[in-house]
Amino acid sequence: MSITLQWSDWLAMFGHFLILSLLSIGGAITTAPDMHRYLVDRQHWLTDPQFNASVAIAQAAPGPNVLFVALMGWHVGLNAGGPLTGLLGVLITMLGILLPSTTLTYLAASWGHRNRNLRWVRAFKQGMAPLVVALLIATGWILATANSHTGPGSNVLQNWPAWLLTAISAVIVWRTKLHLLWLLGAGAMLGWFGFI
Amino acid sequence: MTNLDDPKRPQPESLTDLFVSFTLLALQGFGGVLAIVQRELVEKKRWMTQGEFIEEWGVAQIMPGPNVVNLSLMIGHRYFGLRGALAALAGMLTVPLVVVLLLALVYAQFADHPGVAGALRGMGAVAAGLIAATGLKLLGALRNNPLGLPLCITLAVLCFVGIALLRLPLVYVLLGLGTLAGTLTYKRLER
Repeated sequence: MSITLQWSDWLAMFGHFLILSLLSIGGAITTAPDMHRYLVDRQHWLTDPQFNASVAIAQAAPGPNVLFVALMGWHVGLNAGGPLTGLLGVLITMLGILLPSTTLTYLAASWGHRNRNLRWVRAFKQGMAPLVVALLIATGWILATANSHTGPGSNVLQNWPAWLLTAISAVIVWRTKLHLLWLLGAGAMLGWFGFI
Repeated sequence: MTNLDDPKRPQPESLTDLFVSFTLLALQGFGGVLAIVQRELVEKKRWMTQGEFIEEWGVAQIMPGPNVVNLSLMIGHRYFGLRGALAALAGMLTVPLVVVLLLALVYAQFADHPGVAGALRGMGAVAAGLIAATGLKLLGALRNNPLGLPLCITLAVLCFVGIALLRLPLVYVLLGLGTLAGTLTYKRLER
């Protein structure tokens, strides 16, 4: 796929990611559907396989999952020229997705830290605790569901090995101090040989 | 409560320590960094307690932006202000960005191999378990919560059902249950 991007197009993409950044409550991945709509469906700057690969690689790679955004910028840039425009794409998408949200978080965190003894600041932080715990467990659940959809069958029951692996990993991490890399390695091996 | 003035409490020695620590955290975080952050910073380095981790994570979660990026920013800021925030942020992103770009180059060569797709799926299943386990570990910290354990569990179950089973938008769940939980806690703290 080969496309031509003007400076105005780069700027438009930057602007779009700035807005998505402010909407990305719950993580950048929550705005992935809109990135698909904008980059693939509307602008035709990115193909469907490139979009999916960007998300999958960032999930499998070490580091924060937000790097899938960098890979989208990289692929758009590659389509528009080569490795140099690819790096420009990385710069534009990452700055766009991070600048507004990190600025806002920084201001909120420093304000909250200065006022950490105010009663309602404490009430807010401690009141959120049960929800935070539930959100983490729910995220694991949602990832397991999404993951099992990519397996050999669309039916959840057909993908019981993947669910079992998720459950066993959860219990091992919860109850033991085994290094997480062993578990990920075991998961990769089981998947490579077609058990999952 | 948070007590940053305790001199015996372990904490990052310098900006370089922050940068290197967060780089190493990020590079161990396959399929998400959160499980590693909790294990390394709370259980091993003891820079923060389970309770503090939950509080910071709660704020990181409701702010827009990638959660672990927000979390690293906030932890860096606790110790060294703006410079700490930038050091932690740079640690979390710089080296992993290079790695992910290299992987994209490699992946382009092997995308059609069935073993590669299977391995990605296997790692995905484990990663889902890691995140859920992080939540399970933090259950213990709720025992010290001013809301009391029964109310905490009720709120947690409602939140799980709303997000995982009903798939409601996060904004509504956090606004609704968060307001309720915050108000209840506010009243308890008075007494």
